[in-house]
Amino acid sequence: MLTSADFATLLLTFKVASLATIFMLLFGTPLAWWLARTHSKWRGIINAVVALPLVLPPTVLGFYLLILLGKNGVIGEFTTWLGIGTLPFTFTGLVVASVLYSMPFVVQPLQNAFSSIGEQPLEAAATLRASPLDTFFSVVLPLSKSGFLTAIILGFAHTVGEFGVVLMVGGNIPDKTRVVSVQIYNHVEALEYTQAHWLAGGLLAFSFTVLLILYTVLKTQPPSPHA
Amino acid sequence: MNRKLNNSIIARFKLDYDEFQLSVNLSLPNSGISVLFGHSGSGKTTLLRCIAGLQKAESGFLNINGNVWQDSDNDIFLPTHKRSLGYVFQEANLFSHLTVRENLNYGLKRIKANFETAKFNHITNLLGIEHLINRMPERLSGGEKQRVAIARALVLNPEILLMDEPLASLDFKRKQEILPFLSRLNQELNIPVLYVTHSHQEVAQLADYLVVLEAGKVQASGILSETLSRLDLPLSQDRDATTVWNTTVVEHETDFYLTRVAFNGGSLSLPAIDAKIGTPLRIQIYARDVSIVLEVPRATSILNVLPATIIDIVDGESGQSIVRLEVGSQSLLAHITRKSALVLNLKIGKAVFVQIKGMSILN
Repeated sequence: MLTSADFATLLLTFKVASLATIFMLLFGTPLAWWLARTHSKWRGIINAVVALPLVLPPTVLGFYLLILLGKNGVIGEFTTWLGIGTLPFTFTGLVVASVLYSMPFVVQPLQNAFSSIGEQPLEAAATLRASPLDTFFSVVLPLSKSGFLTAIILGFAHTVGEFGVVLMVGGNIPDKTRVVSVQIYNHVEALEYTQAHWLAGGLLAFSFTVLLILYTVLKTQPPSPHA
Repeated sequence: MNRKLNNSIIARFKLDYDEFQLSVNLSLPNSGISVLFGHSGSGKTTLLRCIAGLQKAESGFLNINGNVWQDSDNDIFLPTHKRSLGYVFQEANLFSHLTVRENLNYGLKRIKANFETAKFNHITNLLGIEHLINRMPERLSGGEKQRVAIARALVLNPEILLMDEPLASLDFKRKQEILPFLSRLNQELNIPVLYVTHSHQEVAQLADYLVVLEAGKVQASGILSETLSRLDLPLSQDRDATTVWNTTVVEHETDFYLTRVAFNGGSLSLPAIDAKIGTPLRIQIYARDVSIVLEVPRATSILNVLPATIIDIVDGESGQSIVRLEVGSQSLLAHITRKSALVLNLKIGKAVFVQIKGMSILN
């Protein structure tokens, strides 16, 4: 059965995924709105950058993050100057990495939802005295409810499933950065197959349930997960 | 109609796209229905969107009843949501996540005005949508949706109501279902309407004032009856060219199943209608239903023979002559053959008689 160490990794995974999802929604919503509506020449480039984690090996992303966030990296120097120290091998660093890594899974469903609303309801709202911000909350949000649900589920689930980025940026520190996927790796290394089975089986059931909800209840087409 | 109109809507716009230029300078009455008429691509919808602020003309001036909404010389551009307007789109454009009542309340919640239940009920009653109030938009027919959209714009009691081909997406039956509402609305609520259409029928039925647009420019702008009978406009050449007269019911000849209506300078007989003496009637006369004779015919089956004076004659397409006449103080158009014009020796200023073969009642 599961040990208390296993439970600790489950709890940590849940915390990382929840926090990462909240931040992805905070940053991803305006970003997706901009991408869905802009005619700027930067649109293509920003779209490509956001989608990069879909095709990049997680270790490559993790490697660059490690360098950027590290003592001599641009962001690392900044965080040191702020007095928070460097982020690699900390819980915060793990959340930051997760946000970047899973961002396309939040931005893409939102962008699709926003695009499909079209110009018309927005114009109708404007002629009914609603400011653009008011329109966003009273018209756009309710009309893209299923897009938000898809984004939350995919963003959360994809963060739970990450391994490569965690190992590169977070490491394997109990209660700080040791998440379920890493714990499974630990068990296998130590030839504790029974415990590996429990955790792996749990993740399999979780992932399947999530996809089942997406395909049957919400009837969406999630972007194909690669990792 | 009162000819001394108070023109307190001033709109000047210049807008330049790759293949389209809009350049208008308009002054419109602040009452009744002003129709912006033109073919697709004439710029009528663009003009309406500029007035709403949904599109921004780089150079423009817009004054609605003394409120400046745009003045590009002084860097003034009021965003759409700060303009006191109602807008009805071609598609009803209702919010699909809200019920009919919530759609109607959407704008009301956002204006700083006291909510008047009586007014709200009057408008839902006027548009015949009280029984739909708790439905979701997806459960409404096309005509019902458009009526809700009109009510949604009206409950705000706007300075001006802008309508962009509100009937274009509806079939004939649904159009007939909404048109009477539009006429009534104009009589019962004192809100000036700018109405975009390419339909002759809607012009004849609704317009008090007519603006003809062509390739982004104003070709003509004036009171309906005068603009319709201007021979320098393609409207008068059209196969469906008409004149519209405002008349009043004066007598019922029950023995003959006829009704007499009076206009400024004479009277006409119509097939009997069920209307009280004094009822205003809007009458449409097709130019092709008007013929010209030099003397009162001694024997004719045509009831309506009226004295008239020729004001102008031009040559139309394929052997036609288009004649503008004055009957009493009303203008009338006649399409006759060029041969007839020659044989009768029709000249400007000549006194003749017109025979009107048929006419239709628009309200």
